[in-house]
Amino acid sequence: MVSWVPDKKLETLEQIKLRIESALPLTKLDILPNECPAGERSLVVDAGRGLAVAKFLRDDAQLKLDYCSNVTGIDWPEAKIKTKVKKKMLVEGVEKEVEEIVETLRSGHLEVVYHLYSMELKHGPIVLRMRTANRTDQTHLPSLTPVWRGAEFQEREIYDLYGVIFDGHPDLRRILMWDEFVGFPMRRDYVEPDDFEYEPTPHDEVLVEAKKHYPVEAKAEVKPEVKA
Amino acid sequence: MPPKSFEVKPKLDESGASIGELLEISMGPHHPSTHGVFRMDVVLDGEKVVKLKPVCGYLHRNHEKIGENISYLASMPYTDRLDYFCSMTNNWAYALTIEKLAGLAVPERAEYIRVIMAELTRLQNHTSLIGFFVHDMGALGTPLMYAFREREKILDLFEEVSGARMMCNYMRFGGVRVDVNDEWIARTKQLVANYGRFLDEFETFLNQNEILLARTQGVSPLTKEQAVNASLTGPLLRAAGVNYDVRKVDKYGIYSRFDFKVPLGEHGDLYDRYMMRVLEMRESIKILNQALRDIPAGPVMDPKAKLRGFRPKPGEVYGRIESPKGELGFYIISDGGPNPYRYRVRPPSFINITILEDMCLGHRVADVIVILGSVDIVLGEVDRCQPI
Repeated sequence: MVSWVPDKKLETLEQIKLRIESALPLTKLDILPNECPAGERSLVVDAGRGLAVAKFLRDDAQLKLDYCSNVTGIDWPEAKIKTKVKKKMLVEGVEKEVEEIVETLRSGHLEVVYHLYSMELKHGPIVLRMRTANRTDQTHLPSLTPVWRGAEFQEREIYDLYGVIFDGHPDLRRILMWDEFVGFPMRRDYVEPDDFEYEPTPHDEVLVEAKKHYPVEAKAEVKPEVKA
Repeated sequence: MPPKSFEVKPKLDESGASIGELLEISMGPHHPSTHGVFRMDVVLDGEKVVKLKPVCGYLHRNHEKIGENISYLASMPYTDRLDYFCSMTNNWAYALTIEKLAGLAVPERAEYIRVIMAELTRLQNHTSLIGFFVHDMGALGTPLMYAFREREKILDLFEEVSGARMMCNYMRFGGVRVDVNDEWIARTKQLVANYGRFLDEFETFLNQNEILLARTQGVSPLTKEQAVNASLTGPLLRAAGVNYDVRKVDKYGIYSRFDFKVPLGEHGDLYDRYMMRVLEMRESIKILNQALRDIPAGPVMDPKAKLRGFRPKPGEVYGRIESPKGELGFYIISDGGPNPYRYRVRPPSFINITILEDMCLGHRVADVIVILGSVDIVLGEVDRCQPI
């Protein structure tokens, strides 16, 4: 037997999308297909409308998605996507179906995924996604912590590991890496430094300070190894 | 800069005038009551907590990045290391997610074995948690040793079937690794039959204990709204009176076949959280009795399941189970390759400490230790560590 049971209590994603778009004008949602049959399709929300949609999903009487279970980030670097398209072509005078590979360029972006359930009505999940404009300078997204407190630490973790900046987050600091850490280790193109553990220790500072106390000719001998 | 162990700050009233002193102390990271390497920045007004910030990540070794760079199967032993008290349930959550992704079926006998393993895990986790909990209250040693005596019996059963006490690495996509024999089932039946007596004994010592009542009743109550909004799961959530158990809601595995109840608390205080564990163990014993009675013969692995060179079709999936600490979930994105494109763990103990500050505000510094003990955190899971 199959060990998971699909949820049938919930209305379809298309109905939810229509209701959100009628309740919140100017909001445009996309439904992202999922090739895995058991997995859930997701709602892609424009970053500017994220907070309003989240509030709607939480407060709507039919949905009541009061429980934000899982929040996670995904890194999508710029890539060429190859897709097979079937095309009808004339081959030697006979019409045949030919597969053609079409290359499209996917622009790089970071994505944040929220898995929402309802504890009151016991249904779910609805998968909500938001995307940043790029991976370098426009990595801002609205924080949904004001709507679901449970997202607080998880959004901090995404900021820490992916570098998504959540506007409106009450306490956006690194949570797993140390505060002085540079870079975002969960990104696909992250390269580890040669020496992870190096940080200027008080010992190095003491050596530099100590130089002042030596005469000029002795200074050449004391060479503290301070890395750039 | 290393954190200062303490600092004195002026206490200001609304107009900004100094009316006393506040003490900022750093509890942890090397302190036995923090259950691992965990730190809390606490600001105290006398003995009262006015601010508390949890600091974690001391064990962080980026479990998820490693998961993205190794094959699907190779992550299975790594999941043991997340919550090293409950490796069986961690295995199950991961196996269930991949089964959902690849559409694999699990043989009947394997489903029963999984339920037995998960409920035994719940028994030993809750037992040792209560031991730690009263240990944090000052009952040094004895109750914890009573708990560990029982826990060790369950770990012996795990060791016999999987080869390891704690790092079991037992489940596979589409079943379990090895079958259990009749002698093992007989021994487990024996253990389950005796467990109720042990719980009776434990409850006699603790339920009406004057110190336990004084330290727990009315301390750190949580409302339903707070608990739901902060994504609390597991016994902590149910102690606040919210009826939400993934075993009942999702009915994953074969949980729909068993007759068991979901105990609920009223106040969400520490006493309710303690009682919740005791009552859940009673329900686990009920499930175990039914599962051990009904377990059928048969294979324990789906013959179609492929372990080596396993490449699921592209897609994404979120799978979750009720682990002893709360909702444990895995989120996997497959791009059709041998490694997952994205491998994410939803760790219950990490998310349960989101409102640790709210739980502790206004209570005394000695209560902070007990409150943290009642949350039931394991730092391997909070920090996503990867001990080798």
